[in-house]
Amino acid sequence: MTQYLIRRILISIPTLVAISIVIFTILALAPGDPLSELAMNPAVPPEVRQRIRQSMGLDDPIPVRYVKWASSMLRGDFGYSFRSKSPVSDLIRQRLPTTLYVIGTAYLVSVLIAIPVGVLSAVRQYSIFDNIATTLAFIGFSLPTFVTGILFILVFSVKLGWLPMIYRTTIEVEGLAGLWMKIKQALMPIAVLGLFETAALTRYTRAAMLETIHQDYVRTARAKGLSERVVIMRHAMRNALIPVVTIVALSIPGIFTGAVITEQIFRVPGMGSLLISAIRDNDTPVIMAITIIFSTLVVLFNLIADILYGVLDPRIKYE
Amino acid sequence: METLRELEAAARLGQLSRRDVLKRAAALGASAPVIASLLAACARQEATPTPASAAQTPAAAKPPPAASPTPAAAASPTPAPAAKRGQGGLVKLLWWQAPTILNPHLAQGSKDFNASRLVLEPLADINDKGELVPVLAAEIPSVENGGVRKDAKTVTWKLKKDVKWSDGQPFTSKDVKFTYEYVIDEKTTATTIANYTVIESIETPDDFTVVIRFKDPNPAWMNVFVGPYGRILPQHILKDYVGEKARTAPFNLNPIGTGPYKVKEFKPGDVVVYEMNENYRELDKPYFAQVEFKGGGDATTAARAVLQTGEVDYAWNLQVEAQVLDQLEKAGVGVVEVIEGVNVERILVNMTDPRKEVDGERSKLGVPHPWQSDLRVRQAYALACQRDVIANTLYGRAGKATSNILVAPERFVSKNTSWKLDLDAAAKLLDEAGWTKGPDGVRQKDGVRMEVVYQTTINPVRQKTQEIIKSAFEKLGIKVELKSIEASVFFSSDPGNPDTAAHFYTDLEMFTNGPSSTYPIDYMVSWYGKPDNIAQKANNWSGNNYERWQNEEYDKLYEQALVELDPKKQEELFIKMNDLVVNNVVVIPLVHRNSVSGRKKDLTGLELSRWTDETWNIANWRRSS
Repeated sequence: MTQYLIRRILISIPTLVAISIVIFTILALAPGDPLSELAMNPAVPPEVRQRIRQSMGLDDPIPVRYVKWASSMLRGDFGYSFRSKSPVSDLIRQRLPTTLYVIGTAYLVSVLIAIPVGVLSAVRQYSIFDNIATTLAFIGFSLPTFVTGILFILVFSVKLGWLPMIYRTTIEVEGLAGLWMKIKQALMPIAVLGLFETAALTRYTRAAMLETIHQDYVRTARAKGLSERVVIMRHAMRNALIPVVTIVALSIPGIFTGAVITEQIFRVPGMGSLLISAIRDNDTPVIMAITIIFSTLVVLFNLIADILYGVLDPRIKYE
Repeated sequence: METLRELEAAARLGQLSRRDVLKRAAALGASAPVIASLLAACARQEATPTPASAAQTPAAAKPPPAASPTPAAAASPTPAPAAKRGQGGLVKLLWWQAPTILNPHLAQGSKDFNASRLVLEPLADINDKGELVPVLAAEIPSVENGGVRKDAKTVTWKLKKDVKWSDGQPFTSKDVKFTYEYVIDEKTTATTIANYTVIESIETPDDFTVVIRFKDPNPAWMNVFVGPYGRILPQHILKDYVGEKARTAPFNLNPIGTGPYKVKEFKPGDVVVYEMNENYRELDKPYFAQVEFKGGGDATTAARAVLQTGEVDYAWNLQVEAQVLDQLEKAGVGVVEVIEGVNVERILVNMTDPRKEVDGERSKLGVPHPWQSDLRVRQAYALACQRDVIANTLYGRAGKATSNILVAPERFVSKNTSWKLDLDAAAKLLDEAGWTKGPDGVRQKDGVRMEVVYQTTINPVRQKTQEIIKSAFEKLGIKVELKSIEASVFFSSDPGNPDTAAHFYTDLEMFTNGPSSTYPIDYMVSWYGKPDNIAQKANNWSGNNYERWQNEEYDKLYEQALVELDPKKQEELFIKMNDLVVNNVVVIPLVHRNSVSGRKKDLTGLELSRWTDETWNIANWRRSS
């Protein structure tokens, strides 16, 4: 097991290096410039913009830029944002709590709803409950978040006026009222993301469960005279959860990098909106930092998912 | 100088027409800003005919101070005598682009300038009429108060004496001088440096006097330390951060200023929360105790938030389709504020051949365009642009058709130009030029087909404009290929990218531009024909002249305008320059764009100005009950 772990970790190093080279090269080759917004301002003539461009090192050869970036990265320094001139790590530190709160809650809610609903609708296949659950899952899965997001805003903010459409991280109201304001503004983004995630996860759980409850060992368990509860929980569900765990584990990195579209719609200042505005501004240090964090997390959670297999299914052994 | 005062009083009372004022002021040798203010006095009189007696009282009873632009400040709504600072609570502003840095000299977009204006102030700001309003200055320099020397090479500013930085340190002339030294250091990489390179030296004879000496006579002296690019920085905070270290200064994210607010919390790319500056010099201001400046999202939901749900009090730059905006405004929660802008949406006509590559560059100076170098063809283009349809259907309240490239300030706007749609006349011109329709309906001459590529940025309104122009051109037998490019690429200064506006490797291109100063010399440089000003490979495409149009007459006018001090002659020069560009169809002006924003009904005291940040007078913003 230890050997397996060491081997996996060693393999992941060249993977990450390769990812960073590819992303860096694409970004360096992509056209655009962090100063384009001032291009049409006569007070900032082209030669001034060009000098600032050079001072950012954007005109250096790509390998030189990569080595510079990689060496400071190895020292744990993500560099400075071209835009705000502040350390990238500070920007990420400001965004991460919001993303974890909003996106994390949405994922948690969806796991808590999707697994029981999926299991139940598989056990009671073709019942009314199953029909309703699959229909809702189908709808939730088909509606993209930018549609549900705007729909929610129109209904709950514009028509009913119940919920705010702008997410604020600066609420300072004390006590329960403040807490309620903080929860209230997160309801719509959580619901939008939660709906989508729940729908997807319900379908996976249901499919996996349907496959296992027709297996021989489930029939055997019933024949042994075990109660239905034990048959489902201990024998069927545990096996059905193996693919579901993979999906849940692999989507956890997404909690850290945020949901680009949903964050944009509700102006949630999370990692997703940081990434998208950095891409728009050609703010290479910020884009690189976020993508590297994301790739590291993906590699890490792949490993975790593989290890969890062994825990859930004793037949899987690692040498 | 008594005569000048009399003249102004007369202008204010409407006893003199604008033309008369101009004539007499010129005879008195008044400087540009003085005349501007005189004209504004006329304009006010002409715009709002108030009973003579009412207008007379302030003007006659108390001779206006020599620094005549001040009346504008007095015109701003003064708070009730009982006003107490901070009684207004929280005011919420929404920009759909988020500020990322609060040091205006390192700013990279208007949102950064807007957000830093609450904290950092210039010596003077510019109101919508183009008049200077003193901010940190005690008065506006002018020829008659001795502030501006006759040769306009030396300008003396007197500063207010009761100003403190928000950390309690006194504000002095040293800070002004320091700001110059900070910006002018190339290693600081200030985006505002261009306004300061005209300075020879700055002297500070005492703590409240600043003497600026220019290298040459400078009719645009008011570009320095004024408006968005002229904010004064505190020497005691930033003295160790000049040059390369500038980017590491904590000040960039948490500035110390003289303005009505100080930063309480700033999350770059998201939100700025400001609280009152207890050291602000006007004891009864600001009205709002806290300001929240939220950024991000898109223009349409921003419009919704201010006009329909009322979640925010002010929303910036509502570039929303005209019908949508009208419908949202019907909700009755907010009001759409429209002010005339300075920018013109225009089509640039390439004078060089974008298809032929010579010495590693296309559109090379000296390689004429096969048909666009013929004036008749360009005139035909201009006759085929249906500017009113574009303005009315696509821009609505946000723009009107124009035939000028210089639409502000008022005194420089040409009345000699006009535009019309006339496809028959256009076809005739093309026939005359020898470009006749071939068998497939496309015009050609000597085997060259008239196929143009027309590029602009990705933007729904621009794409619709392209369609309208294209259909008219194709009726004339000109084949049009449309191209749209991501704005950050199109406007980048990347010498290696062929798709930038400066490379101009197509026949036509479209974008918006306008002056940033009330003496718009830095805008008119766009057509100056000296080779180092032409965007080309030799200067990494950093020249300002994209069309590669060269005209000796224009160059002479421009060079004269650089040093011309006589206001009357300045007007002639700028109008002539405008007319030359328009009549030679180097540019086809389409739409004079307005700036559109939204405010909640009860937010008052806004004095939006096309020359500076919306937030410039935020200390005066109030909530009416």
